[in-house]
Amino acid sequence: MAKKLRRHVITMIATAGSGHPGGSLSAADIIAALYFKVLRHNPENPHWADRDRFILSKGHAAPILYAALAETGYFPVAELATLRKLDSRLQGHTDSKFTPGVEMSAGSLGMGLSFAIGVAMAARLDSRTYRTYVLLSDGECEEGQTWEAALSAAHFKLDNLTAIVDYNGMQLSGWTRDIMNLEPFTRKWQAFGWYTIDIDGHDFDQILSVCQEAEKIKGKPTLIIARTIKGKGVSFMENNVAFHGKAPTWEEAERALKELK
Amino acid sequence: MAEASTRETYGKTLVELGRQNKDIVVLDADVSPSTMTTFFAQEFPDRFFNCGLEEQNMISIAAGLAASGKIVFASTFVVFAICRCFDQLRLCLSQPELNVKIVATHGGITVGEDGISHHAIEDLALCCALPGFTVVVPADAIEAAEVVRVAATAHGPFYVRLSRSKTPIIYPDGYHFTLGKAVTMKQGTDATIIAMGIMVAKALEAADILARQGIDCRVINMHTLKPLNEAAVVKAASETGAIVVAEEHLAQGGLGSRVAQTTAKEKPVPMEFVNLGDRYALSGKAEELLQRYGLTARDIEESVKSVIKRK
Repeated sequence: MAKKLRRHVITMIATAGSGHPGGSLSAADIIAALYFKVLRHNPENPHWADRDRFILSKGHAAPILYAALAETGYFPVAELATLRKLDSRLQGHTDSKFTPGVEMSAGSLGMGLSFAIGVAMAARLDSRTYRTYVLLSDGECEEGQTWEAALSAAHFKLDNLTAIVDYNGMQLSGWTRDIMNLEPFTRKWQAFGWYTIDIDGHDFDQILSVCQEAEKIKGKPTLIIARTIKGKGVSFMENNVAFHGKAPTWEEAERALKELK
Repeated sequence: MAEASTRETYGKTLVELGRQNKDIVVLDADVSPSTMTTFFAQEFPDRFFNCGLEEQNMISIAAGLAASGKIVFASTFVVFAICRCFDQLRLCLSQPELNVKIVATHGGITVGEDGISHHAIEDLALCCALPGFTVVVPADAIEAAEVVRVAATAHGPFYVRLSRSKTPIIYPDGYHFTLGKAVTMKQGTDATIIAMGIMVAKALEAADILARQGIDCRVINMHTLKPLNEAAVVKAASETGAIVVAEEHLAQGGLGSRVAQTTAKEKPVPMEFVNLGDRYALSGKAEELLQRYGLTARDIEESVKSVIKRK
């Protein structure tokens, strides 16, 4: 299924003529695991009060989320071709007003973890058992607000919150370690009071098992550091910063789709 | 004139609302003894969250709570809530149209001695720039209570600006506030003073002084800046032929700009503006600052006289 979602990403972005393939491809396995195995959700009733919440903080990875929402039935797969077009429900960055299944409007980085805290607090206030998942990029951990949120999620002991970092090591203009080094990353989150798990973010079974593990942790939030490869699945996009925010040409898209067969 | 604190009224009204509706949640950024959300915190500790000195985090948390069905009041000082958090207000509240009420205290220069880092004089321009936001500045404690009650029931993002200092009571008990409908405090035919917040009491004072000189001024409390009651502006322009706008804010982007945009389009008349201009103030006592920076009844009186000459 992750491969199918990746194919959608390539086709959508090539059709739109703009978008961010790299960060969508790196998150494909995480998104596939969540939407097809982990989340309790009901695409026919996107506002079901007890649904697990998935919040995409790295809003530029909208295409991979849209692909998963379409494949799980929130809207027709054919609608993916309207990405970024005028009057489409599929805006360039996620917009909760328009797209069924999108929980948060995103696009300015560093806000999603805070938003997820509010959602997790509401679950506790209403004695609901839903879990809140939020996907961050490693680059957006340079935003100060991410660390405000890291402090407060631990302070409020939100054990119904699982954050996942799509740690692909790259951002718009290069390697994260060169632009603003985040390491020692895991130890930082531990010091902030989180339960942390490091995994291979392309290993489907590992993703499933750590999501289950997180549910058992009490008294603190869990951070899954998913080590990924930017552009994963398309040889000429992998670890290639040029495809952070650039659409493939049709010729490139065809090559990519061949590789993703 | 009797005085009362708008922020104390806010705190007490929140408790009243909290008793009526269990979906009301209150956030503060470690200034609850000053914003007076402390009353709510004492009565409803489970529904109150002190977010510490993390204002940006607080606004986005408020958005997450609102997206989950809560009616969220988020409070801190205006400079932190609005000036520091503009991007969060924009992306997390304005764009998704979420039901969060920013009720911020310590608006304007009457914060006084704390100085310009704490003088909030750009906030109205910032919030009025946000589509979907309702922006209200109550003129006294009685109006503040009404505004908070209305904010709790109306859907969508609100910004309510309150003051640090006590403000003169200008309304009788039982006053009924209607969102977006300006209040004509005094009828008049020679010119209209349109004011908000603490400047309404000063406008009434100026109108009294002018009346003794034979000048008959209308006074309008334009408590809601957004959406602006354009009909009241046009009516005032048509019937009195001259307008003075008085506000505790910079010249740009606040009430004066919004009223002028309306008159320019619908009914151009001579206008004068009583505001802070394009500058920061200094530390000092609130009344001293109002004198120094031209926000007194006397300043309004002079502006009315000048605007009438231009009719």
